[in-house]
Amino acid sequence: MRKGLRIADCGNGRRIADGIWQIAKGVSGLREADFSNRLERRFATLHPCARIVLCALSLLLIRSPQSAILEAQAAPRGKAVYDKWCAGCHGDDGAGVGSAATYMLPQPRDFTKGVYQIRTTASGELPTDADLRRILDFGMPGTAMPGWESKLTENERTDVIAYIKSFSKFFAGKAPTAIAIGKAPSSSSEGLAAGRAAYQKLECFKCHGDAGRGDGKSAPTLTDDWDHPIRAANLAASWRFNGGSTVEDIYARLRTGLDGTPMPSFSDAVESKVVSDEDLWRVAQYVRSLSPEETPAVREVIRAGRVEGALPSSPADSLWAQAERYFVPLTAQIIVKPRWFAPTVDGVWVQGLHDGKRLALRLTWPDPSRSPDPAWDEWLGRVKQSVFEADGAVPVTQAGDRLVLQFPQRIDEEADRPYFLGGNTRRPVYTWRWTSNPDQATEATGTGLGKYVAAAASAVTHSARFNAGEWQLQLTRSLASADTTKSPIFREGQAIPVAFYAADGSNAEDDTRGSVSAWYAIYLDVPTPPRVYIAPIVTMLLTAGLGTMVVMQAQRREREHGRSNLEEYR
Amino acid sequence: MRRMLLAVVPAFAILACGGAKEDAAEGGAPEQGEAPAGATKVAEGGASIGGTVKFTGTAPANPKIDMNEEAACKAKHEGQATDPEFVVNDGNLANVFIYVKSGLPAGQTYTAPTSPVVLDQSGCLYKPRVFGVMTNQQIEIKNSDPVLHNIKAVPKENRGFNISQPTEGMKTMRTFAMREVVVPLECNVHSWMNAWVGVLDHPYFATSAPDGSFKISGLPAGTYEVEAWHEKLGTQTMQVTVAADEGKTQDITFAAK
Repeated sequence: MRKGLRIADCGNGRRIADGIWQIAKGVSGLREADFSNRLERRFATLHPCARIVLCALSLLLIRSPQSAILEAQAAPRGKAVYDKWCAGCHGDDGAGVGSAATYMLPQPRDFTKGVYQIRTTASGELPTDADLRRILDFGMPGTAMPGWESKLTENERTDVIAYIKSFSKFFAGKAPTAIAIGKAPSSSSEGLAAGRAAYQKLECFKCHGDAGRGDGKSAPTLTDDWDHPIRAANLAASWRFNGGSTVEDIYARLRTGLDGTPMPSFSDAVESKVVSDEDLWRVAQYVRSLSPEETPAVREVIRAGRVEGALPSSPADSLWAQAERYFVPLTAQIIVKPRWFAPTVDGVWVQGLHDGKRLALRLTWPDPSRSPDPAWDEWLGRVKQSVFEADGAVPVTQAGDRLVLQFPQRIDEEADRPYFLGGNTRRPVYTWRWTSNPDQATEATGTGLGKYVAAAASAVTHSARFNAGEWQLQLTRSLASADTTKSPIFREGQAIPVAFYAADGSNAEDDTRGSVSAWYAIYLDVPTPPRVYIAPIVTMLLTAGLGTMVVMQAQRREREHGRSNLEEYR
Repeated sequence: MRRMLLAVVPAFAILACGGAKEDAAEGGAPEQGEAPAGATKVAEGGASIGGTVKFTGTAPANPKIDMNEEAACKAKHEGQATDPEFVVNDGNLANVFIYVKSGLPAGQTYTAPTSPVVLDQSGCLYKPRVFGVMTNQQIEIKNSDPVLHNIKAVPKENRGFNISQPTEGMKTMRTFAMREVVVPLECNVHSWMNAWVGVLDHPYFATSAPDGSFKISGLPAGTYEVEAWHEKLGTQTMQVTVAADEGKTQDITFAAK
């Protein structure tokens, strides 16, 4: 089973060592079996030292019977690594049903099928070793699969890949080859428009939605090869793409498809000229343009700028375009029971503005469903079927969506912040609780996730809208507190601790099943004192004035000097 | 150090192992399902097994399909579109896949027909819904709808595929290399769209027609294990013995569950 030169096979130090050991046993026997006569003749004329070096290096490069033997040797070594680090999720037999598997969605890969999402090979083909290595090294963002690059050694990773391949009979056949991928056309605004048009023509929106947020009409019905529900990717969050976020990565996914998922390959469509290769590149560029250029940085302090006029009245208000957006990542709530390991919302964008009297926050987060929505009943049913009901029965009917903001009851920079998961009875938190059904926002005192007492009258007002797979919510409250024993005064120039909780009712989420953030802070910008503006102007005028005086004096002196010279000459 | 090595290695390989690449391309395991060398022949016996698939009891109503999102597909249906899980006419059942499971002469291999089997997507349904092919026989998948379909095969013994057909008239050829009864095919854009293909390494299979009739011809004399498969009703197997050139009638009955 000899294959072509494979750079991907390079870099394994032990292969050299194994090779040298083999050479010590007898170079000629090994080489005769492996190399062509031509090569062997050339090889025989070399200096013995050069032969040893060449043999060792060749072992690195050529998938010869030797490397098959090495791989066969690697697999048992890989078993030890696998049993220790992988089996908990992927199962002892590689079928993807380890003890932790049923808590998750998406569930761990079933290695017995040899079906992999992220490949450089055609639809239905096996992945290359380099493809497997990439996933092992960098993980699958948005799933429970972490990257192992820093956790396992080079040899351990090589070995474990050999072992993982041994779970599927398909790897015994012909080694797969990567498809050829050309170069992206240079990007332009016309190119993006063409990409948008092709996105429409190819009906990408059927699953991914018009704005790409994974809210297409078919999205609630999608299942993977194991009949588990699976999300259409949110194309506006490229940092979550499993196969990478560059235009080239996206184009590769369009060409190869994501096997085991509903995402098909468009290679046949290109080959039969249903779509041009350039248009497919345009789609990739357009998809990339839906996300921020850079992965959003996580900043702990959310600055709320001060506006002189009126505050925005709704999340659609154009004033919000001026306010900086802050990304707050959210993660599964897996501490307080009932826990939830597969939440929908993985981040909230926060903007803040205040006018010295009131604070307005705009919160936006992707959520493919406006819960409750009958179209998503099927999704909820599948979620319920697929996950292990570890902490009691998962809801059978969709609740509304919710977003909860929590603050300490008093802003005291000296004291510790309350417990981040909704406070406790010793240190309750002050919360803003918004639900989509009914659409309302209330103030409440919280003593733990899901444990709260709503205030008799709410000082927080809200405006919510659901737009193409995204919730947009504005919450507004006066800086003054209606009851300083339960709610804090928001002061300018002060960092106000805040934490977030989100839940998607269509995904079986509720008051504790959802996603949470750590503590962040909102800082209300102080009004700029007038001297900040005046001082530079005064300084500028003084400098200009003094400068002019110096120049004028010099010119006068020059003129007088010149005149006296003239008189002397005469 | 490793980086240096990586830079040096290809240089060495090109210089010294000039012949390695061509050499390395040789050999390798045979393609999966490639017909082993030896006698191959098409169906050439004179016997046949045929009959009618009957259905007893009341068939459940076929599920309604909401095609409001796909006006072009909806227009191809008169009235409410339904998913034809049970096609029963006068007590006869269609879409049953019947095939010879075992009993053929050992070592005998058969050549796949060169003509493809056509799988059409029309009105957001697969036509045919249940069919058979031989290993490595071409399946021509075609889209007769002006909407996006993806065709995903989810086999166990074969490699799957998932291809998109975004426009009307697009055709794609695919094959399956290994015997497998049955391989599910599905469209994820239209979650109701399902088809099943029985892949066999011999030509002795048939699918029951709307009147329930089927016929497997060209069989040599022998005793065969015959299996009948239905998407909702499961399988049943039977022993059938045919003499040379005999036209054997073998009716099959499925009962409502």
